Amino acid sequence: MTDRLYTQKGDGPPDDRLDIELTERCNNACIHCCINRPAGDRRIRTRELGTESWKDILRQAAGMGIMTVRFTGGEPLLRDDFSELYVYARRLGLRVMLFTNARLITPQIAGLLAEIPPLEAVEVSVYGMRRKSYEAVTGKAGSYDEFRRGLQCLIDRKIPFVVKGAMLPPNKEEWDEFEAWAAANPCMEGPPACTLFLELRGRRDSATRNNRIRRLRIPPEECLGFLTRDTDRYRKEMAEFFGKFSSTPDDRLFTCGIGPGCVDAYGLFQPCLSLRHPDLTFDLKKGTLKEAVDSLLPRLRDMKATNASYLERCARCFLRGFCDQCPAKSWAEHGTLDTPVEYFCGVAHAQARFLGLIGNNERAWEVRNNRQRINNLRRREGVS
Amino acid sequence: MKKIRLDMVFSQSSDVVSREIDGSLIIVPLTSGVGDMEDDLFSMNETGTEIWRMLDGRRTLGEIVETLTGKYRAERGEIERDVIGIVKELIKRRMLVEETA
Repeated sequence: MTDRLYTQKGDGPPDDRLDIELTERCNNACIHCCINRPAGDRRIRTRELGTESWKDILRQAAGMGIMTVRFTGGEPLLRDDFSELYVYARRLGLRVMLFTNARLITPQIAGLLAEIPPLEAVEVSVYGMRRKSYEAVTGKAGSYDEFRRGLQCLIDRKIPFVVKGAMLPPNKEEWDEFEAWAAANPCMEGPPACTLFLELRGRRDSATRNNRIRRLRIPPEECLGFLTRDTDRYRKEMAEFFGKFSSTPDDRLFTCGIGPGCVDAYGLFQPCLSLRHPDLTFDLKKGTLKEAVDSLLPRLRDMKATNASYLERCARCFLRGFCDQCPAKSWAEHGTLDTPVEYFCGVAHAQARFLGLIGNNERAWEVRNNRQRINNLRRREGVS
Repeated sequence: MKKIRLDMVFSQSSDVVSREIDGSLIIVPLTSGVGDMEDDLFSMNETGTEIWRMLDGRRTLGEIVETLTGKYRAERGEIERDVIGIVKELIKRRMLVEETA
């Protein structure tokens, strides 16, 4: 009749994902956060999409063949209808990635995740290994104990979870301890993800908070020290990275592949979680998710930079695929899509100097023989 | 595992959700213990999908084999083996439940 009637994962459809930002509100007030609003902010809460609107969007996502939704925030568990939306998504056959600080994970929530598994490991943000450092980041007394209790609920019910962190002045001395603790979790595949390069507020809603985030940023040379703790491994990984992802720079704004697409707490579809430029959104109260994807994403692919500084630097820079510069970061930092962000430029240059790709006084956009330099790096590191 | 006979009737378990994406049928586990983190999706080709749809709690496996024999240029024995094979796989994964009279 036929050779294969069924196959395993991997032969199925592409694993498309949609980010669902259920709320911007959070029960933490992290010093570095680029999005959080107070948990009890009623004005924000009344603007958030209601349960039925979210269900409609989830139905549309499933209908479009999307396999995974990421429930994030803010803290998604702050929503009273979290369980209802979670079960609804799972009954549509969607896998659910849950991003949480774990403070609101109760035995009931853990029981739900045990009975109807999300099919993706829960991702828990960890802000410190001790009460003092944790709460110095979250700004909430009692948050550390709640986080530990929430995590224990996941452990008790054997819910797969991974942990990740942000390196900040209150916790950076604990990072080795954090990695050792994380390594004992059987779900972790390698060290925990680390937010090292802090982003400014995506909504550009507070100059004061942005100034604080800038002050919290770890200087490029110190970032380099962290990234190169295992020098051999770092060099080899970078040699492989440049071999795969370096391309001829040009004036296109979006070189990231664009997506997977995100719906914010108010029903606006945007290209990704970070990019909140009001002209690059599609209101799902006025159209469908498919219309949003079909109309917005192709437009982004054609967008070109016009800023003279960007054209002189980023559009000619062979580190571009490696640098964190992108329209979202430019928007948060400068209110335009195409202004170079000096911090990310500094971080990329510090790494390139360490790898021997540029000299001490060189600027990467002035380098002409970049292909040869990348090949030399690959040869030195034994990468074919 | 219990021997599978052609007079048996099976229906799709309420512990899974089936989705049709780009012409393939994907079976997604809903409740705990169906599939696991490494191998949680199960997708079927066109013929597998046809069999899945006929596992409706009413038709016997024999009737399903009969329908397919009339449609495909294949030996009945080969179709029987294929149908029983996929049913066994689906039972192993708790994706089917046997209907008892």
